[in-house]
Amino acid sequence: MTATLEIAPPQSPASVAVRLTDVHKSFGHGPQAVTALEGVDLRVGLGEFVCLLGASGCGKTTLLNLVAGLDEPSAGDVVTHTARPAVMFQEAALLPWLTAARNVELPLRLAGVRRDRRRAKASELLELVRLREVGDKRPHELSGGMRQRVALARALASTLGAADEDAPGLLLMDEPFAALDAITRDVLQAELLRIWRATGTAVLFVTHDVREAVRLGQRVVLLSSRPGRVVQEWPVDGLRGAEELAAVEEINARLREVISTHAAA
Amino acid sequence: MPRPDLVNEPGAPTGGGRDPGLAAVEAGLDALDAPAPASQGRRGWRRTLSAALPPLLALVAFVAVWQALWASALWPEYKLPAPLAVWNVVWEAFREGEALGILWTSVHRAVIGFLVAVVVATPFGLLVARVRPVRSAIGPLVTGLQSLPSVAWVPAAVLWFGLNDAAIYFVVLLGAVPSITNGLVAGIEQIPPILPRVGAALGANRWESARHILLPAALPGYLAGLKQGWAFSWRSLMAAELIAVSPQLGLGLGAFLQHGQALSDMTQVIAAILLILLVGIGVELLAFRPVERRVLRARGLVGVL
Ligand SMILES: Nc1ncnc2c1ncn2[C@@H]1O[C@H](COP(=O)(O)OP(=O)(O)OP(=O)(O)O)[C@@H](O)[C@H]1O
Ligand SMILES: [Mg+2]
Repeated sequence: MTATLEIAPPQSPASVAVRLTDVHKSFGHGPQAVTALEGVDLRVGLGEFVCLLGASGCGKTTLLNLVAGLDEPSAGDVVTHTARPAVMFQEAALLPWLTAARNVELPLRLAGVRRDRRRAKASELLELVRLREVGDKRPHELSGGMRQRVALARALASTLGAADEDAPGLLLMDEPFAALDAITRDVLQAELLRIWRATGTAVLFVTHDVREAVRLGQRVVLLSSRPGRVVQEWPVDGLRGAEELAAVEEINARLREVISTHAAA
Repeated sequence: MPRPDLVNEPGAPTGGGRDPGLAAVEAGLDALDAPAPASQGRRGWRRTLSAALPPLLALVAFVAVWQALWASALWPEYKLPAPLAVWNVVWEAFREGEALGILWTSVHRAVIGFLVAVVVATPFGLLVARVRPVRSAIGPLVTGLQSLPSVAWVPAAVLWFGLNDAAIYFVVLLGAVPSITNGLVAGIEQIPPILPRVGAALGANRWESARHILLPAALPGYLAGLKQGWAFSWRSLMAAELIAVSPQLGLGLGAFLQHGQALSDMTQVIAAILLILLVGIGVELLAFRPVERRVLRARGLVGVL
């Protein structure tokens, strides 16, 4: 049931949100250069939820930055067919001088949304992550989990800000829930799935937690480390109970294998 | 890597509706997340008292030592006047209205010079910080200029502009602009690199990124630069007024000090020094300290202030 996808099924270009073709990325020059990604091919369909899995330091953040357009690949092509992607960084990365509500408003402000509209929208989004009461608090007055939720609301606001061209959405998330306690993480995962279903935006979700990847994603993509390459993909959409556990086991085993080849090298 | 299953597997998140168990958990999390009410600090007047007491004590001690040295008559009166004599000079100057005129002449010059310096240094600092060729070309020069005593500019300024306000403002600008520029550059350098990325990811163009991300993020460093820029404005002004003395320039604090020297009037010299100090401390305490405190508080950076 968890068959490996050797080749991505043929897709018309219109249904592709992101396509990476033979992407290389290295940092620095000369002998000190670090190759983070080498020959990565990846496709995310419109409205698809893809989880990117890999050990620490394998280049997940680097890949996400390339898709977000925050970095240029050293070689290869990164093509997106969506509105400007919304990014949720590995840390909450809130602007410390703005209140939570202002942080959420910022992308709308940059998109030129009128003040009363963006106030309303921001409080709607804060409501969504259940933080309406703390809208006037500054980031340092919030707990880590609350900050992460504000960051989620801000990322969603930025999809709204970019959505006026009617282009489909793309949400890039870099281990957004890694720093949260297990219960809050469960709550936010459910929230994220609800939002994803409601908006139909494509999601590229980075994690190093296999269970999270299987639970959330329609497809799990495993990256190897140093240099990062796509090792294997698993379709995991709609798996329940025993099937889900089996998929987690299989992916875990493969991940362990990938990591141990590293120790040998 | 499998994780220990300490927590129960939550209900599978299918369908649009939320199940009641999850809602209860969310409510519990909300209650936990609710920020604790900020504890009330010490009462207002007691805080003021405890803040004002140490410097007051230091001042009293200073005057007491001064008085004792004067009473011991180690030095002649014209070298070390009594505190009371200096106080009388200051008091007289204030009573006759002369002091206000002197203070006004100097302070308004310093403020105007400082404001112009801010207007010049801010775009300049942005340029130096953000444009690499500009930075490598004149970055070191700006830092170097900061260590050049602005009094060194007075002769050149007088030769170029003559004995007038333009010469004085020139010296003030050359004193203050490098400090403010450097403060802004340092402030921008210390911005966590994630913040400009956040700006880019949220769709900010170059200008919006400067306006909404870089400048506010650099504000603490910028404020430190402004504070230092004010200090440099003030001392450059004093240097200029002290050296470039002329009736057209009016009587500022520097000229007042210079007259004291010309008249060998030590009480006036000390009175002038004290007034210069007073303005410096006053501006720091009344203008910069509260702003700095507010900015740092708002970011949760409560330092020793
Ligand atoms: N700016 C940079 N300069 C030099 N090397 C970098 C830079 N950014 C990343 N790297 C290197 O690239 C590799 C991949 O880093 P990346 O941050 O993408 O890993 P990651 O998969 O996100 O790891 P984690 O799960 O710990 O977040 C690492 O070896 C890292 O040292
Ligand atoms: Mg990372």
